[in-house]
Amino acid sequence: MPILEGTGLTIRFGGLTAVSNVDFSVEQGEIFGLIGPNGAGKTTLFNLLSAALKPQSGSVRFKGQEITGLKPYRICRMGLARTFQVVKLFGNMNLLDNVLLAAAFGREHRINRVKAEEEAAELLEFVELPVGEETLAKELTLGRQKRLEVARALATRPDLLLLDEMMEGLNPTEVAKAMALVQKIQGRGVTVIMIEHVMKAIMTVCERIMVLHHGAKIAEGTPSQVSADKTVIEVYFGAKSNAGS
Amino acid sequence: MGIGNRTFGNTPAWIAALLLLALVAAAPLYAGVYTVILMISVLMYMVIAVSWAFFSGPTGYISLASAAFFGTGIYTSAIFGMVLPMPLVILLGALASSGLALLVGAITLRLKGIYFVMFTFGLVELMLNFILWWEVTISGTTGRVVPPMSNQTVFYSMLGILVVLVLVVFFVRRSTYGLALQSIGENEEAAAHSGVHVTAIKITTYAVSAFFMGAAGAVMATRWTYIDPKIAFNPLICFMPVLMAIFGGMRPLFGPIIGAAIFTYLEQYLITRFPYYYMLIFGAIMVVSILYMPEGLLGLVQKIRIRIREKQHANS
Repeated sequence: MPILEGTGLTIRFGGLTAVSNVDFSVEQGEIFGLIGPNGAGKTTLFNLLSAALKPQSGSVRFKGQEITGLKPYRICRMGLARTFQVVKLFGNMNLLDNVLLAAAFGREHRINRVKAEEEAAELLEFVELPVGEETLAKELTLGRQKRLEVARALATRPDLLLLDEMMEGLNPTEVAKAMALVQKIQGRGVTVIMIEHVMKAIMTVCERIMVLHHGAKIAEGTPSQVSADKTVIEVYFGAKSNAGS
Repeated sequence: MGIGNRTFGNTPAWIAALLLLALVAAAPLYAGVYTVILMISVLMYMVIAVSWAFFSGPTGYISLASAAFFGTGIYTSAIFGMVLPMPLVILLGALASSGLALLVGAITLRLKGIYFVMFTFGLVELMLNFILWWEVTISGTTGRVVPPMSNQTVFYSMLGILVVLVLVVFFVRRSTYGLALQSIGENEEAAAHSGVHVTAIKITTYAVSAFFMGAAGAVMATRWTYIDPKIAFNPLICFMPVLMAIFGGMRPLFGPIIGAAIFTYLEQYLITRFPYYYMLIFGAIMVVSILYMPEGLLGLVQKIRIRIREKQHANS
C-alpha cells in the first residue's frame, strides 16, 4: 500500500488551473522528487497535500486514510510534516524552542517537556545546528534556517516529510550537506517528497521523480527515465540548455 | 532581545515583587482613604493590562474589546449584586465575560490584522447599544444601583484577582502552551503545520483574558455604586491597557504592571494639575515612549543593563 496517494487533484485560482487532475502515489520509504518549471504548480500541490489549501476536486489518501479537507494540525499529528519554500520560522524564538514546539505539539503531543526538550536537542544535533545557544532563529544564515526548519518538521515525528526547495539559494557546499541530510532522513525511516530546482541534487537523491507542467503531470519514473523523456526535454530541459549543470 | 521568557527566572526580581506585594497589601493599614482609592484604580488597570497582554502580547492580535469584557462584568454585578453573595457575583461576571469572548473569538479570530482590531472595537459599541436598548425598552431603566462594598473589600478583591492572574500568566508562559501562543504570533501558518491547534489556543486564551477583565469589572461596579451603559462600556478602557502595556513593555510579565501603575498615577496627577492639557501631555508622552522605547520601559532598562555589562567587559 502506498503511503501517500493523490487522485484527480485539481485546484483553480480564478481562471488559472494551478493543479490539474494529478494522480500519483508514493511508496513507503522512498525519496520522491517533484520537478517542473517555475509556476508548474509544485508548491500548490504541496499545499494541497498538507491541507494549507483544499482541492476543488480529487482526494488525498495518507496511509490509506482519506485526509482531504482536514485541518493542517490534524494532518501534522497524523504524521505528515512539511517545510516551506520561503522559510517560516519562529524568528524571535531560540533554536531549541523552535524545535521544542513541534516536539510538544506534533504527533505525540502532550509528552512531557523534559522529554520533548531532549528530543529537540537531539534533532538540532541531527541537522548539525548548535544546541545550547541563545541565538534567535531570525539571526541564522539561510542555509541554517532551512536546516532548522527540517529539524522542526522532524520533531513532529512524521512518517512522511514534504521538503519544499530546501536547496534553493544555498552554496555548493551547503547543497552537498543538504543532499546528505535528505539521505539521513530516509535512514530514519521517513519517506520524503521533495521539490527541487537543483537538478544534480534531485537526480542523485531521488528514486522516482514526477514532472509537472502547467499544473498537469507530464512524466513520472526513475531519474534516468525522466531525463530521457521527450516531453520533459521539450518543456523543461529544452527551455533551459544549462539545466543539467 | 533576551527579554521574554528568560527574565522570569530571575530570583531577585521575584523577591522584590513579593516585598512590593506585601507593602501594597498592607496599604489600607497605613495609607489614607485617597491613597487606597487611587490604588484600587491602579490595581484595576493592572488586571486589565496584564489580561490584555496575556493574549495580545504573544499572539500579536491587538484586541480593543477590553471595555466589552470589563463592562460585561460590571453589568453582571449590577444585575446579580442584590441577590447573590459577592464572591459568586465576581465569578459570574468573570464567566459571563469569558463566555462572550468564546463566542466573539469563535467568530472573529479568523480575521487578521486591522480587521480583527476594528471588529473588537465594534464589539464595545455593539454591547453598549444592545444593553442601552435592552434597559430602555425591556427593563425600563437607564441606570442601575449596585450594592456598595467597603473600600477595603474592593481593594483586597482586586488585589486577589491580580495575584491569581499573575500566577496564571507566569505558569502558562513557562509551559509549552505559552510557547504555542508565542509561535502563533511569530508565524501562525508554521505553528499550524507543527501540530498546534491554533484556533483552539487563540480562543481559549482570549476567554481566559476576558475572564479576569470580567472579574475586575464585577468588583469595580461595587465601588462606583451607580452604573449605566455609558459608564460600563467606556472606550477609554479599550485603549488604556494597550498604551500601558506598550509603555511598560509587552513581553515581560511585569511590563504591563509597571505601565499601569505609572499611567494611572500620571493620569490622576495630570488631571488635577493640568485639567485642560492633560490629554495633550499624555499623547506626547505616548509618542515619545513609542519612538524611543519600542520594547517599553522594561526593554529600555534591559538595554541599559546590557550596555553597562558590555562596558565592564571592555574595561576589564
